[in-house]
Amino acid sequence: MELSEGACELKLLDRLEGHSDRVWSLAWNPATGSAGVPLVFASCSGDKTVRVWEHAPSPSSASWTCKAVLEDTHTRTVRSCAWSPDGKLLATGSFDATTSIWENVGGDFECVATLEGHENEVKSVSWNAGGTLLATCGRDKSVWIWEAELANEFECVSVLQGHTQDVKMVQWHPTMDVLFSCSYDNTIKVWADDDDDWRCVQTLGEPNNGHSSTIWALSFNASGDKMVSCSDDLTLKIWETNNMNMHSGDGHAPWRHLCTLSGYHDRTIFSVHWSSEGIIASGAADDGIRFFVENKDGLVDGPLYKLLLKKEKAHEMDVNSVQWSPGEKRLLASASDDGTIKIWELASLCTGNGY
Amino acid sequence: MTLGLINANPVVHAKKERVARTEDLHGDDAVDPLEIYDFVRDIRDPEHPYSLEQLSVLSEESITVDDKLGRILITFTPTIQHCSMATVIGLCLRVKLKHYFPPHYKVDIKVSPGSHANEESVNKQLNDKERVAAALENPNLRQLVDECLYSNDL
Repeated sequence: MELSEGACELKLLDRLEGHSDRVWSLAWNPATGSAGVPLVFASCSGDKTVRVWEHAPSPSSASWTCKAVLEDTHTRTVRSCAWSPDGKLLATGSFDATTSIWENVGGDFECVATLEGHENEVKSVSWNAGGTLLATCGRDKSVWIWEAELANEFECVSVLQGHTQDVKMVQWHPTMDVLFSCSYDNTIKVWADDDDDWRCVQTLGEPNNGHSSTIWALSFNASGDKMVSCSDDLTLKIWETNNMNMHSGDGHAPWRHLCTLSGYHDRTIFSVHWSSEGIIASGAADDGIRFFVENKDGLVDGPLYKLLLKKEKAHEMDVNSVQWSPGEKRLLASASDDGTIKIWELASLCTGNGY
Repeated sequence: MTLGLINANPVVHAKKERVARTEDLHGDDAVDPLEIYDFVRDIRDPEHPYSLEQLSVLSEESITVDDKLGRILITFTPTIQHCSMATVIGLCLRVKLKHYFPPHYKVDIKVSPGSHANEESVNKQLNDKERVAAALENPNLRQLVDECLYSNDL
């Protein structure tokens, strides 16, 4: 679907209250949103709880209900949450230095495993595409890879050192078992394994046209040949790789800087997410959300990516997380320091053009 | 943790004369830098039984407000170049001012230029809200901050 600037609008569908402190992060359950399964997402907060929300099945109602509150487990802020690809498990990472694994048992969520090891705050959790590996990272500068045997049996297979500061986020590549991490040390590191021996195969820093301050998040496009990162340096950077045949054992194909998007946010950009249709959403400490798409103008020296839409004052305070929903509808959830979650729909304005 | 005080001999200044505030001439929405200063001047230094004002860590010039953008900048001067308490002072300021401003105001806290050996790294840490949030969940740090904020009148 071709989208051009001015041809779409961002509609606020719902504003969800419930958390009693800032909402740091949210994650959509990937096994929901199609085939009649109502959309579900989890949110995590400074109030030490995780909330699970479900879209009410009524076709006329746009409302969301909080199906579960996961509490009395983490003893500090819950910073990150991620569903396994089959939607059956939820991993939550906390400032209490642990990662909890939750399973939905007949509508109730039970904590089936607790992963310990980090020396201090866990900042991010991520499942690989196959659901067999979980990665965590934290202020202790390390990245841990855990192998999921069963729902409640996790074994640490590697502790990766390399970052020189606090690691803010980990994210597995969408199709390959290659792990990416971004840090307060202003770099992105790429980790790959050679027969279960994990090591850093590339570092993207300032010499590579990289960021000049803390990198808070990164996200891949659907095909996995491009990645976008966002930073305290107020920019978003697009990276690309051209070799997707990593199974061939040729070694790792390097990532390189493609372009930098600057001037769109004037405070730290905390979150970025690339939709399956190719729309990049960013959320920042300027309380706003921005949307970017590839520029198909075809001008020789023109920018490769352009602003599609901006929503200033999306929230009353910092936007910490933006996430596109799975499934058929083009929905975006945003989480904020103001303690609320908003559900938006990016809708086309024009009704012509054959769609 | 060092065993002795970071700065054993700070220079102490007399408390500045408190001027009685006349009626607020600003609109309700505007934030008055002098009011903010009044609110933070008596925060006790983490190491010494004196206020940040008495040690010249803070002064009236420490606070700048941009009402249009909704931004506040607080600049403080640690007593010595290698002060390791700079981040604690920053935390004290954030906690003290946490509910002071309307929610849309953004607060940046920095050491005054040239006042610290690791100025850039201290400023980066002071303004990383995730680091600040985690620090305030650390009971030892929280206790130190609370002592600085709630110690009896000097």
